[in-house]
Formats: sequence, structure tokens, C-alpha cells
Amino acid sequence: MNAMTPTIAAGATVTELAPTTRIVLRLADPGGVGIALGVPLSERIGSRATNGARSALCLGPDEWLIEAPETEAATLGAMIADLAARTAISAVEVSDREITWRIEGPAVLELLAAGCPRNLAGMPVGEGARTIFDSVQIVLTREAEDRFHLTVWRSFAPHVRAILDLALRELASGL
Amino acid sequence: MLLIHCPYCDETLPELEFAYAGEAHIARPADPSKLSDEEWRDFLFIRTNPKGVHFERWRHINGCGRFFNAVRETVGDKFLSTYEAGEPRPDVATLTGEAK
Ligand SMILES: [Zn+2]
Repeated sequence: MNAMTPTIAAGATVTELAPTTRIVLRLADPGGVGIALGVPLSERIGSRATNGARSALCLGPDEWLIEAPETEAATLGAMIADLAARTAISAVEVSDREITWRIEGPAVLELLAAGCPRNLAGMPVGEGARTIFDSVQIVLTREAEDRFHLTVWRSFAPHVRAILDLALRELASGL
Repeated sequence: MLLIHCPYCDETLPELEFAYAGEAHIARPADPSKLSDEEWRDFLFIRTNPKGVHFERWRHINGCGRFFNAVRETVGDKFLSTYEAGEPRPDVATLTGEAK
């Protein structure tokens, strides 16, 4: 790795995003449910479907993370209540449980490697995964070649942020 | 670090995302009250603990969340195969290349 190149010195930035609506949806048969929610439910783990500002990331064989702007919380809640009346589903709103950081810059992969053992260079843009960051479970999505969103439980955030800040200082000093 | 292939994610991923979950293919007795104390003890505690090929459960806990089964060679710590929960044991001779 070219640890001393100027692109690494330029580093990366970590920005907390505004609150958003998050719902963990679990169900056995996703066919047709996507239509009722206004966003398709992709069945391949790691893939994410979007419709406008609404997105559904497939976290597991029967699990999706639905994200939408905070203003859509009531609309989405009503859609899910309607769906639950017809289908066996589990839907848990976890909006306030987690926060999301936008992490971007030419050194974003080096920065995330400070805590995440996954080969993130191989994650396609537009996809994501639940994974681990120094013992803390996180959800990562790749928004662009050099931009990720890291979602973490609020109570673990200071720990993750401390490691990111330390790694940023290491990158800035050329380590 | 070991790399483990999750049969649900269909990706080979770092060991840190996974948790070991004991020996595989141990079915819970349908009617525990019919078992003798010795049989119940064996179900709860007695495991094969082989030096060599071991069938075991793993969970992709920091990932898709699913339990699956793996065949691991316990001397060299090499994973020979992983497969979805509920599937039969794969043939060991085929996995180790000892089949003719
Ligand atoms: Zn998995």
C-alpha cells in the first residue's frame, strides 16, 4: 500500500447525517411486499433497491433495512400497518437506535480498514452489508467509489468514532 | 484470520463476522421426558470432539444472521466446506480429495 502518497494525506472526512426513518422488516416471502411499500425488496443479500429517497437493503435471507426521510415516517408506518393486516411480517422501527455517518474521501478504504475486516474494495457501489467494526456490529453501504455510509447503534457510536478519529490522525500524519 | 464462506451470502468473509455454535447434526429428542438420565446427558453434553474432520454449526452473526453448517478439519483448522442448515452432511471423501 502506498501509505505516503498525497491522496492518503488528503484523508477522509466523517460527517453525521440528519435523522432518518429506519425500519427492520422481516418476512418469509418478499414477493409483492415491495409494491406495497413503494420500494422493491431484492432477495440477494447485500443488494439494495431504491425508489426516490426510499431504499431497502437486503441484510439476510428474510431481513431488510428500509430507510426513508424522516418526514415519511407516518406514511411508511401506515403502509406497514396495512401490510401487516394481510401478511405475516415483523416490522420494527429502529430510527432512533442508530446514527449514520457519511465517510468519504480518497482514503476512505484505508480509514474503514482501521476497524472493519471485510474487503470493502470489493463492495460494489450501491450495495451494502451488515458487518463488524472493532467488535461493534455496523451496517455499511457504498454510496460512491469513495463514499460510504456507516450506520451504528447510538450507544456504540463513541467507541467507533474514537477509532475513526485516531485513524484519521494516523492517515494525516502519513502513517 | 480465517476466511469463511457463508452459504447464504455466497461470499467468503472474515472470521470476525462469524460465531462458532457447537457440533452440527444433533437433533433434539422429540420427547425428552421419555429419555433416561444417561440419554439426556448424552444429548446435552457428549460430543464427538474428533481430531480431524468435524461437522459443526456456525452463525454469520455480524452479517446475514443465519446459522449454517461447516466441515472443518480440526488439526489444520481448514474449512473443507460450508452448507445451508437442514442440508445433509456432504461426503467427506469427496471434500478431502480421497474419493477415487
Ligand atoms: Zn451470511
